[in-house]
Amino acid sequence: MKRHFRREQPWPIRLTHWVSAPLLFIVAGSGLQILAAYPYMGPRGALFSLYPFQGATPPQWLRLGGWLAGARALHFSLGFWLIVNGLIYLAYLVASGEWRRRLFFPLRDTRNAVETALFYARLRKAAPEQGLYNGLQRIAYSSALIFGVVAVLSGLALYKPTQLAVLAACFGGYDGARLIHLLSLVALAGFLPGHLLMVALHPKSLKAMVTGGRKDEEVPHA
Amino acid sequence: MRRRDFLFGGAATLLAGCNVQAPHEGFFGKMESLNEGMERALFRRGSTGAATRVSDLTPKEAFPIYKLGAALPGVPAGWGLEVSGMVQHPVRLSLAELRRLPRTDMRVRHHCVEGWSAVASWHGVRLSEVAKAVGLDPRAPYVDFVSFEPVPDSEEDETYTSGWDRESALHPQTLLAYGMNGEPLGAEHGGPVRLYASTKLGYKMVKWLSAVRFVPQKTGGYWEDQGYGWFGGV
Repeated sequence: MKRHFRREQPWPIRLTHWVSAPLLFIVAGSGLQILAAYPYMGPRGALFSLYPFQGATPPQWLRLGGWLAGARALHFSLGFWLIVNGLIYLAYLVASGEWRRRLFFPLRDTRNAVETALFYARLRKAAPEQGLYNGLQRIAYSSALIFGVVAVLSGLALYKPTQLAVLAACFGGYDGARLIHLLSLVALAGFLPGHLLMVALHPKSLKAMVTGGRKDEEVPHA
Repeated sequence: MRRRDFLFGGAATLLAGCNVQAPHEGFFGKMESLNEGMERALFRRGSTGAATRVSDLTPKEAFPIYKLGAALPGVPAGWGLEVSGMVQHPVRLSLAELRRLPRTDMRVRHHCVEGWSAVASWHGVRLSEVAKAVGLDPRAPYVDFVSFEPVPDSEEDETYTSGWDRESALHPQTLLAYGMNGEPLGAEHGGPVRLYASTKLGYKMVKWLSAVRFVPQKTGGYWEDQGYGWFGGV
């Protein structure tokens, strides 16, 4: 069987990664400006009692767009390109076979994730053997991908709650979709500090995301 | 040109086209046209929105009342609804005449551009029904809805308006509504007659309606001119 070698971070991964970084920042900021126009969750007269931040406006320094119409223009015009970018990334992931070394598969990766966690907790002397990513990384990146997909789908439900009523119903209707859209942002924002911390601890991974990194990564079953 | 100059130049051009005070211009304007194309592509004549239950009805006191001025606009003496423009028989319909046309009832969710939703039932006559009665020109591409609600501090007695696409205006759930939750439409929600639809954001559904004009050109609107999206579909 022919052996396949590829860089740690092939160029389509690097391109879509760096395109998504500023777009995510702008779409999140404008989303919070949109939220500020009605900082409540749940329909009028029947607010969700479990949402603890009713009436809490997101802080000014997190918001982008100045006012509702400006924020909507930012959100829709750049959100569109964020979706296009995400679709390119997903298409590459599938077509190239990269999903095999990046995504978390419970049967394959759980053991490695647990062993890596034990290593980080100083309960294990050596790090377990790993490919491009260890099990914990695969969990983190796969979760971020799922948060992104949920953000897009719930966003589409908010965009067209009548025309895409079936999609909105999947999120419990318009107001359910609005809550889940916010939760997907919170989840993505929660991913960021850990992501930046790991990059700070492993500067080589940042270099690989810029230059592509080592060329000798063998791609399994490609 | 160096790559760095190209990148910075491109970023500067993009930022110049992103003036949040003018969302219809530059890059925003181009993206709005693309967005309108998508909104039109997603629009279906038979769409009815998510089913709502009687228990979803928003309590009367919780259904927001939005108006431009401090007081509710007064109904002009001798009020009648003008239906004109690209039609064979321009008319001026009294409330009694509107009531004699076939009545449609619907209970739908209201989607405000601000993000809130609320549910009410509405009754009135389909605009498509009125269009048939007045002999609408099949080529008329746009509709201008005009309110008698004055724009505060405006020159030349400006009033609230909103321009629509023909397809949305003739959708079976686009009503000239004269009733809400089983009662005659109150002045606080746009009575005697307002526009109500399941397929548009709240600011598109003109209250205190005075004229429906079928027109050859796209017209703006009170909020649209300030920066909100023109199509405003849901």
